[in-house]
Amino acid sequence: MANKTAAPKFQQARMASSGRERLLGTAARYVVIVIALIFALFPVLFIFSSALNPTGQLSTQSLIPRVDDPSRLLDNFRGLLVDNLALYPFWNWLFNSFVVASVSTILTVLITALSAYSFSRFRFRGRNSLLLGIRLVQVFPNLLALVALYLILQQVKEVADQLNVLIPAISWDWLKFFGLDSLGGVILVYMAGAMGINTLLMKGFLDSIPREIDESATVDGATNWQIFWQLIFPLIRPILAVVGVLAFVGTFNEFVLARLILRDKENWTLMVGLYNFINSDFNRDWGKFAAGALVAAVPVVALYLALQDQIVGGLTQGAVKG
Amino acid sequence: MAVNTKQKGVAPGGASLFSTIVTYGALALLNAVALTLIYGLLDMGNVPLAVVLGIIAFGATIIFFVPRFYPIRWMVPGLAFMILLVLYPIYFTVSNAFTNYGDGHLYAKQQSINLITARKYVPEEANVYRWEVMQADDGRYALYLTREVNGVLEAAFAPEGESIEPIAEPTEEAPETYNGFRLLTGADRTTALGVIQSAVFGLGDDTVGIRTRREAARPLKDRFIYDSVTDTITDQTDGRVYVANNEIGQFVPQDGQGDPLAPGFIVNVGLSNFTRFISDPGLRGPLVDIFVWTVVFSLFSVLSTFALGLMMALILNSPYIVGRKVIQSLLIIPYAIPAVISIMVWRALLNQNFGLVNKTLMDVGLIADGIPFLTDAAWAKFSILLVNLWLGYPYMMLICSGALQAIPSDVYEAAAVDGARPWQSFRSITLPLLLVTVGPLLIASFTYNFNNFLLIDALTQGNPPIPGSPVQASYTDILISYTYRLAFGNRGADYGYASAITLVIFALVALVTVFQTRFNNQWEKVSDNG
Repeated sequence: MANKTAAPKFQQARMASSGRERLLGTAARYVVIVIALIFALFPVLFIFSSALNPTGQLSTQSLIPRVDDPSRLLDNFRGLLVDNLALYPFWNWLFNSFVVASVSTILTVLITALSAYSFSRFRFRGRNSLLLGIRLVQVFPNLLALVALYLILQQVKEVADQLNVLIPAISWDWLKFFGLDSLGGVILVYMAGAMGINTLLMKGFLDSIPREIDESATVDGATNWQIFWQLIFPLIRPILAVVGVLAFVGTFNEFVLARLILRDKENWTLMVGLYNFINSDFNRDWGKFAAGALVAAVPVVALYLALQDQIVGGLTQGAVKG
Repeated sequence: MAVNTKQKGVAPGGASLFSTIVTYGALALLNAVALTLIYGLLDMGNVPLAVVLGIIAFGATIIFFVPRFYPIRWMVPGLAFMILLVLYPIYFTVSNAFTNYGDGHLYAKQQSINLITARKYVPEEANVYRWEVMQADDGRYALYLTREVNGVLEAAFAPEGESIEPIAEPTEEAPETYNGFRLLTGADRTTALGVIQSAVFGLGDDTVGIRTRREAARPLKDRFIYDSVTDTITDQTDGRVYVANNEIGQFVPQDGQGDPLAPGFIVNVGLSNFTRFISDPGLRGPLVDIFVWTVVFSLFSVLSTFALGLMMALILNSPYIVGRKVIQSLLIIPYAIPAVISIMVWRALLNQNFGLVNKTLMDVGLIADGIPFLTDAAWAKFSILLVNLWLGYPYMMLICSGALQAIPSDVYEAAAVDGARPWQSFRSITLPLLLVTVGPLLIASFTYNFNNFLLIDALTQGNPPIPGSPVQASYTDILISYTYRLAFGNRGADYGYASAITLVIFALVALVTVFQTRFNNQWEKVSDNG
């Protein structure tokens, strides 16, 4: 507390010695801020203007949209979200992204909370080595395991076909939902990171919750499960939210693994769809891409800005993720 | 200590019947599914994955039945995913790095032999039929065969994978439907032709295959016969013998003439994936370039984002700036936008012909022709660093401003009293104290960028390509994107070599992390003292 109040006082004292110097310094700071804002925001402005510019081609874009006919302002949105759905099933992509991100998030949060509870509340042999192991495994980004993950999913599909022959009494086609080119396969692959840095993050938070709470509940005859589910789980909501939002945004934005696994355009997630939509011809459909990009980015950016303090807290303690 | 007696791992008393039933039901289901999958995988010859599933199912069962393992029960789902999706891939990568696994060598030897010996040929004395193609609802094809023997019409129906049956009352024209198969015409027929050219109809010895667009022939005979004693395959059409070469994983002609049989099989090649780039200068040159660029890229990315981020944090930390919170929110927008989208937008902005940056520069009159931001090697590297600066500095700004606020201000007061200039107090107070908190994150950021596949792949795809490289390699490739194209690129998959490079990356990243942990401890000591 003392530190906080001391800061301005001290700086005022020093700065007051030279009013002109202070003014110059502040002006210089504002100049840098303006340059930084331009650097940060002109690509963002470019997305907006491209989305609204009815000519739609990359070659005709400018930073300020030239709109002669206001009724054509939403042409690009119409072109992607309404008119061309047979060729580019945009709403499928959005739906897929939400399904993948939601299911992955729920599973990640549950798995993480269960493991973290155990690490925090129980002492058992091998606990420290297991914690160390989780820390070590983090070193290997799962992108490096791409080949293996891809082949696992391929095997899942093949084993389903094989079982259909071996045990024809039951249809094994449901297994294919966890194979290549399916949302289940993507979710499965995302689970690779479930038991990771998040577990350590949550364990840290759980350690800060006094054990007396557990003990008094035990005296009252509660089982561990009841303590976890009815007492602890509500108490750790803040950290659950951080882990949840990070997991949701991370999986919603994930592109590399999803592109590798999902082949049919009906199965693409939003990021894969938008990428494939524009990658083949950058010029022709740029406006529609920008419209789609806005639809995809606005919710994520809003979520980020609303929860920036919590997210930053989580990021600084956890992994660096782009 | 009293706490621990309960938590030593005694099964919880008074667990409800319902939860017990749910738990054991789930366990039984897991085991049933796992056992079936193991059965299927073993049948396919995939022993390692079967073992992994066995470990997971067996481990989970033990953990739930032995009270001592009670605390582990809570982690079963997490551990299961970790074993399947993290540990197994690591094992898989390590074991592949020593094989020739890749296009042309995708199967184990027995599988490869099965594939070769499944091929048929049409013997000279075969009977010839006219044919029409039919298809069932489940996608299986069948042939409707007709021919005339001494002026008498004969017809037969030959489905895929079932025995051929003669038709009692033959008709010259194929029927519209037969046994649930319907006759294909027009575009459907054309599509089918592509698929059935190499298909085998019928079962066992009595099979039929298409010879020309008009004729089908039966019976087909096995073209290749494998002899397990001599480990050779003999071609029945010309009697040539192919000998298994277990060094390179192929059946090669005994007389040394002509091509080996395809597909080859997987064999252990020892360290050759690791030594390949030493012995092959065409491989070595690009790989060295790529490695150097990877390090330069990661280092410069960390330093540039940190420098800009710290500068902005310092500026925003000044008490005279109005609207701090709003400015900060605006500045982190680049970080919040999904990275793929940002990168694609930058690709558009930097486009040589249509990009806004080039258009603006040309309008102003600074340049006459568009700058090849993404197609010239040097410019592409510049663009990558620029875009990564844009993507990454908000994160650095956020963590720096958090760390700056944690530095106690009485330190500055003391320094000011001692007559320190602002630059001096920044260098000897702010920076060292900042590095205590931010240092580990800088190293994490280095390792992240070291494997920043997304940026490279979405912005330049590694382009422009390095000419003359025997495998796909490009000037802006970093190690991970180079590896990705080795495994999934359009010039064919080379999983063995890709795995070897992956292991090298593993080792490098692990080294950096060990380094980080050491410094972490040192920094923590420093901060404890402070």
